Amino acid sequence: MVRFNMILLLIAVVCALGVVTSQHRARKLFQDLESEQERARQLDVEYGQLQLELSTWATHPRVEQIARDRLHMVTPDAVGRVVVPAAKAAAKGGR
Amino acid sequence: MVVRRRPQRGHRFTESPVLQLALQGWRSRMVGLLLMAAFLALVMRSFYLQVINNDFLQEKGDSRYRRDIEVSASRGKIIDRNGDMLAVSTPMKSLWAIPGDARTMTAPQKQQLAALLDMSVRELDAKIASDKTFVFVKRQVPPETADRIAALKLPGVHQEKEYRRYYPTGDMTAHIVGFTGVDDKGLEGVELAFQQSLLGHAGSRTVIRDRRGNIVEDVGATRPPQDGKDVRLALDSKIQYLAYSHLKAAVESNKAKAGGAIVIDASTGEILALANWPTYNPNNRQHLSGAQLRNRAITDTFEPGSVMKPFTIALALEKGKVRYDTIINCAPGRLTIGSATISDAHPHGALTVAQVIQKSSNVGTTKIALGFPPKEMWEMFDSVGFGQAPNLGFPGEVNGRLRPWKNWRPIEQATMSYGHGIAVSLVQLARAYTVFARDGELMPLSLTRVDDSVPVHGARVFSPQTMRELRAMLEMAVQPEGTAPKARVPGYRVGGKTGTAYKIEGGVYARKYVASFVGIAPISDPRLVVAVMIDEPSGGAHYGGDVAGPAFSQIMGGALRTMGVPPDAPIQVADAGATKGAL
Repeated sequence: MVRFNMILLLIAVVCALGVVTSQHRARKLFQDLESEQERARQLDVEYGQLQLELSTWATHPRVEQIARDRLHMVTPDAVGRVVVPAAKAAAKGGR
Repeated sequence: MVVRRRPQRGHRFTESPVLQLALQGWRSRMVGLLLMAAFLALVMRSFYLQVINNDFLQEKGDSRYRRDIEVSASRGKIIDRNGDMLAVSTPMKSLWAIPGDARTMTAPQKQQLAALLDMSVRELDAKIASDKTFVFVKRQVPPETADRIAALKLPGVHQEKEYRRYYPTGDMTAHIVGFTGVDDKGLEGVELAFQQSLLGHAGSRTVIRDRRGNIVEDVGATRPPQDGKDVRLALDSKIQYLAYSHLKAAVESNKAKAGGAIVIDASTGEILALANWPTYNPNNRQHLSGAQLRNRAITDTFEPGSVMKPFTIALALEKGKVRYDTIINCAPGRLTIGSATISDAHPHGALTVAQVIQKSSNVGTTKIALGFPPKEMWEMFDSVGFGQAPNLGFPGEVNGRLRPWKNWRPIEQATMSYGHGIAVSLVQLARAYTVFARDGELMPLSLTRVDDSVPVHGARVFSPQTMRELRAMLEMAVQPEGTAPKARVPGYRVGGKTGTAYKIEGGVYARKYVASFVGIAPISDPRLVVAVMIDEPSGGAHYGGDVAGPAFSQIMGGALRTMGVPPDAPIQVADAGATKGAL
């Protein structure tokens, strides 16, 4: 009887230790999850900032200025334009 | 042999003489009982603390480890029809202080902080001299700067996350997009009109933090944050740029006070561009004036002048009063009604109805307009949307002014027929012109994208036959004999009407003008309506055809090319020199 009780006690102690360890591991994993989520948020913010930067660089006034001043591009005048009939353009695979 | 017995030195424990002492049995029982009682007291105390009256300890524990944290949500983006960014929020930090604690900063610390914040030490001192318990030191600090400040570990200085709104397109779209205040609430434009859907709702969660501040567990209910929804406008930023840059050029070259331009897609009623001048940079709103902030195209009304004539003529054609080739005698260029005299800028002789539009004759229009009762004319103006707000949901939309027909005098009916004595906004005017583009349907306008998989229809105002005739007349107005040859677009057939109206100052007409041009293109199958208004041109020219016409031509030409509308007119090589549009 005493031996049986001792075995039960041992099992109880092992279980208790198990609960403590798994709780600890759960918290560790939760922290990892948390930091990954934080990283995801950070990256999201960075993505937003990069998008913002992209659209700032790509504003139409800036594009036009570079095209005109640095690349010396001009809008073709009427003589330089060729109008392709829509049917022909479609046959060639669009504009 | 002598056997020496070793004397017995010790004895076994159980044989210890001490144990042999006979003690009274109650003593041991007494000790046992006391120990038992002490244990019982401990057990009962812990039972009491942990089970019966556990609130106190629970509270103490929570106050050490449990935290409610707010999870911030960002405001939705505003994007144009192609997905280009018009307004976007990015996180910033606001720096706040508990003045009592912050005053313990040392002088070098203050200097460091002030230098990082771009403020003087005196300004900083003034902020923390307050006797409140909370002051903002600076709001909307860039995250990098905020991190460097956090690294200084200053006493009493704390940080909070907040958002700042950026407008990459800046002054180009300032009026339509609007802006938000420092606490992320929309104050103007689309930011205000779509506040409900743009707004994000912050979430919250309850967590347990460990000694190092790490979150180790979620407890209780969490409410996930809801980010604001993105708003996709009908605006096309490329066409917007065209409208904006050409409007600006027109205002500057004519030394005008202000101007507005609108581009509408006639097939859906979408507003593709809406530009105003003067404008402002929404990213830096210091030194703003009311004139810059005004969204003239929507919130200002003006007497439109001759751009109203096509509606009068359309009504006459619709009612069968005249045909397009009916001859109207406009000589000698003057007409007296009661005590007032109406005159033409250039006297004409006998004109057909079509030529009345082409040459923009006030006398001719008046003669036609006086042929119908005021009620019919009022009903027509009302049915094309004058006198009522255009229902865009945009803040500050105006109704314009269209007085009830019952107390119109003949002279008033006459002046209204050519656009005086009636006040409209540019957006109303542009919308009214959709009837010419859409064979008589008045299109509802939309700031946001419209699903164009199903054809959009508006209320029918005029018959398609009348509109075909009107389009032919509008096209005549941009021919060399018309009032606006400068409004032509090479490669496309366009039509439109000029307006040159006197401005009223203090109840009388001053020698100041509003020059305008509203037109449609391509005439063979109209896709776009463009309206341009230039306020007080003072660079010599003041006629709508000379001032607003060239800007119309540039905007319309550029927009048609951008949208890939096939040209419907042979390109005249002689026009080649006139095409210096934007890319």
